[in-house]
Amino acid sequence: MNAAIFDTVRAQLASVAPDATVSHGTLVLPIEPHALIHVVETLKGPCRFDMLLDVTAIDWPTRDPRFDVIWHFYSTAHKVRVRVRTQVTEVDATVRSLTPYYGSAAYAERECHEMYGIRFEGNADLRPILLYEGFVGHPLRKDYPKLAEQPLVPYREGFDPGDRTAG
Amino acid sequence: MSVARTPIPIVPARASARGKSAAFEYLTTKKDELCGWGRKFSLFPYPFVTACCAMEFMSVSSTPYDTDRFGAALPRFSPRQSDLLMVVGTVTHKQAPVLLKVYEQMCEPKWVMAFGVCASSGGFYQNYAALAGIDRIIPVDVYIPGCPPRPETVIDGIMQLQDKIARQKHPIITKDF
Repeated sequence: MNAAIFDTVRAQLASVAPDATVSHGTLVLPIEPHALIHVVETLKGPCRFDMLLDVTAIDWPTRDPRFDVIWHFYSTAHKVRVRVRTQVTEVDATVRSLTPYYGSAAYAERECHEMYGIRFEGNADLRPILLYEGFVGHPLRKDYPKLAEQPLVPYREGFDPGDRTAG
Repeated sequence: MSVARTPIPIVPARASARGKSAAFEYLTTKKDELCGWGRKFSLFPYPFVTACCAMEFMSVSSTPYDTDRFGAALPRFSPRQSDLLMVVGTVTHKQAPVLLKVYEQMCEPKWVMAFGVCASSGGFYQNYAALAGIDRIIPVDVYIPGCPPRPETVIDGIMQLQDKIARQKHPIITKDF
């Protein structure tokens, strides 16, 4: 049954995602960033993928373009998942927001924005959601220093943190 | 274990010259020792419970281990009514202002217990989000290791804190009063 719906999706999106594969029971659609809205409209409309599960990214520090942006969709009618992935550069890490199509995109994109610095064009509220106002940098990028501290409360006078890199 | 003991004769207290009962009418001690003795058995904890150590806190508070034996079982959910701040679990940088506010709202005398490794040093959360030990922002009196600590470890920590309170100075007039 999965194969049948996957074949339908592949056929509908053959022009924009010719390299579709199946990984661990999930259809993976690598696409170009500009094709995103077409793909999402096809998935949500005729293919009936009615849930956006997650928006996330992967940082490949030595690769150009540096980031993968990844969306997971689920169809409550077919009970299958689809993963859409695209690549964006560090200079122009921008993709379209999916908030007009899926309400859940609003929060997921906020998290992806603060953790990886991906900008979601059309999401009006990209304030930090897990981090706090004033946090500098994007902590899930590979070049964010592991032991960097950005405290909101000043440390006690005379407090010596010691050597945190030891051990 | 039954050991035959010679019964201790109970001698009725003799009336004093003034006609009152003389038994234990006066007690001589030191002010600090008396205050310390009283305070160490009436610790009102404020559970600042943020993470999985809470399970161990519930375990050590309930019947099998029973911190009430140490006078430290009645949690107060207002910092103004409590004198032992138990920080149970990971504290993040985002949460640190809340912890500081709770600490500052507590009245003197007050003590702080770092319950578990996360509160003590951040534990394995050495990253952008976690505060690597609450002693960076507030003074800590007793650290309890473990992830989570065994109830026996917590009881040992409470007893060490009691010893510390008993040895402390207990000024009647402090810099804040």
